[in-house]
Amino acid sequence: MSAIDWITQVLEVVAAVAAAPALLGWLNQCRAWLQNRRAPSLWLPYRNLHKLFRKEAVIAENASPLFRIAPYVVFGTMGLAAGIIPSMGTQLPLVGSADAIALVGLFAAARMFMTLAAMDVGTAFGTMGARREMMVGFLAEPALLMVIFVASQISSSTALPVITEHLASGRLGLSPGLAFSAVAFILVLLAENARIPVDNPATHLELTMIHEAMVLEYSARHLALMEWAAQLKLFNYICIGFALFFPWGVATAHIGPVGLVVAIPALAIKLAVAGAGLAVIETLSAKLRVMRIPEFLGTAFLLAVLGLLVHVLLGT
Amino acid sequence: MAHLPLGQQLLDSCAALLLLLSFAMLSQRRVVTLVNLYAVQGAVLAAATLLLAWRTGETHLYISAALTVGLKVVLLPWLLYRLIRKLEVYRDTEPLFNVSGTMLVGLVIVVFAFSLAQPITRLASTATRSSIGIAIAVVLLSFLMMITRRKAISQVMGFLSMENGVLFGAMSASYGMPMVVELGIALDVLVAVLVLGVFFFQIRERFDSLDLHHLESLKERE
Repeated sequence: MSAIDWITQVLEVVAAVAAAPALLGWLNQCRAWLQNRRAPSLWLPYRNLHKLFRKEAVIAENASPLFRIAPYVVFGTMGLAAGIIPSMGTQLPLVGSADAIALVGLFAAARMFMTLAAMDVGTAFGTMGARREMMVGFLAEPALLMVIFVASQISSSTALPVITEHLASGRLGLSPGLAFSAVAFILVLLAENARIPVDNPATHLELTMIHEAMVLEYSARHLALMEWAAQLKLFNYICIGFALFFPWGVATAHIGPVGLVVAIPALAIKLAVAGAGLAVIETLSAKLRVMRIPEFLGTAFLLAVLGLLVHVLLGT
Repeated sequence: MAHLPLGQQLLDSCAALLLLLSFAMLSQRRVVTLVNLYAVQGAVLAAATLLLAWRTGETHLYISAALTVGLKVVLLPWLLYRLIRKLEVYRDTEPLFNVSGTMLVGLVIVVFAFSLAQPITRLASTATRSSIGIAIAVVLLSFLMMITRRKAISQVMGFLSMENGVLFGAMSASYGMPMVVELGIALDVLVAVLVLGVFFFQIRERFDSLDLHHLESLKERE
């Protein structure tokens, strides 16, 4: 491991943590433009975080220590996940410690802590949000794993950097299997990040909220960390999408240190395009009823499994 | 997938799209959308036939593609739209199983079809042999659709989509059937839709509904 690899590694995590609020700001800006509203500033999420960090934290009397620890655990997990995903370069020192399946496990651990903390205080809304989150999670996780399996079968490895290297090499033609799993991945991304067809991040409507219901009891720095972690999660998911389906511009092994110069603007452009694309999807679709969410995620699972089967049949 | 020529890759994509469309039809509740999907399926089938004709140089496949476009993309959907307007059936009632359950059964069927196609694929010598499994899957999924639907018109859609699957199977196994057979099947399907159209009116007149559930009881209840 050379110094440049470590620099890439540190840069990746720092960039993810620093840029995640901007990504959300950009997404909100695009949405506002598409809906003919006056767009909020790109830096609004930063100001929000800044405001929250300065406030005094209020915690419910009967909250257990878990309630206080959870925001740090969730944020830490998301930061660690950012280090495993090859968003800028594939020669990462941390990558040997975890593959794509462990990454899904990391997300699951974060969800576990989040739902436990939501139920900890014992309010009705928190419990309801936690239950809904678990429902979404247990349906979305197999779909996500299947998506990863399609890509890992093509490149015969479950380590994300190896997959990215293989797909970025450009030896691959049109792959129907990969196309199916890309669509499935977008559905999972929308569900996991509480975006519009599944959850509306802009309201606190008690009948429909999922993510907002879980963080209802948090305030000040704890809330800031929870929000930041959610933004980081969106950032991570989009970067997983890039690693699996659009790996162009990533600094691969044979390019060397020069690759990093290309990789950073490439990542910024890809994120901008992905944010705008998500805004279009969210503007075009209507919020699903909670009862319809299993069908939505069932479609994602189906598409991913079909992708896997089609790849096995046609790829040999 | 790495070293296949572009035409082959496009053909594979068409095959995958056909499979996806079968699943879309399986999950669709609205009858009008079902007909739209059927038209799209016909168009994809025609595109696949054209690609195959271009790759193999078999001239009769061009005629087959033209026939597919004329019959399955234009004429049959038009007839079906007219039927739907006259009968005023826009939605199927809830299918016998819920949608997610049907989808899971569909997945099992796809696995079954693919494993069924394995020995055939090994024996066939055509360039498109890998998509035989998809053709079998499309046929079986259409079967499943006919089994799980209540309304007569959705069952007919299943029948039509099954015919698409059979045609695609013949195409990928042996570059299409002889022209006479293909023309015969095309005529058969056309006549079937016309006859079934008349049949729908009879069923509705008798039972005030297109739900085939009513046909199950043999005795009339006075």
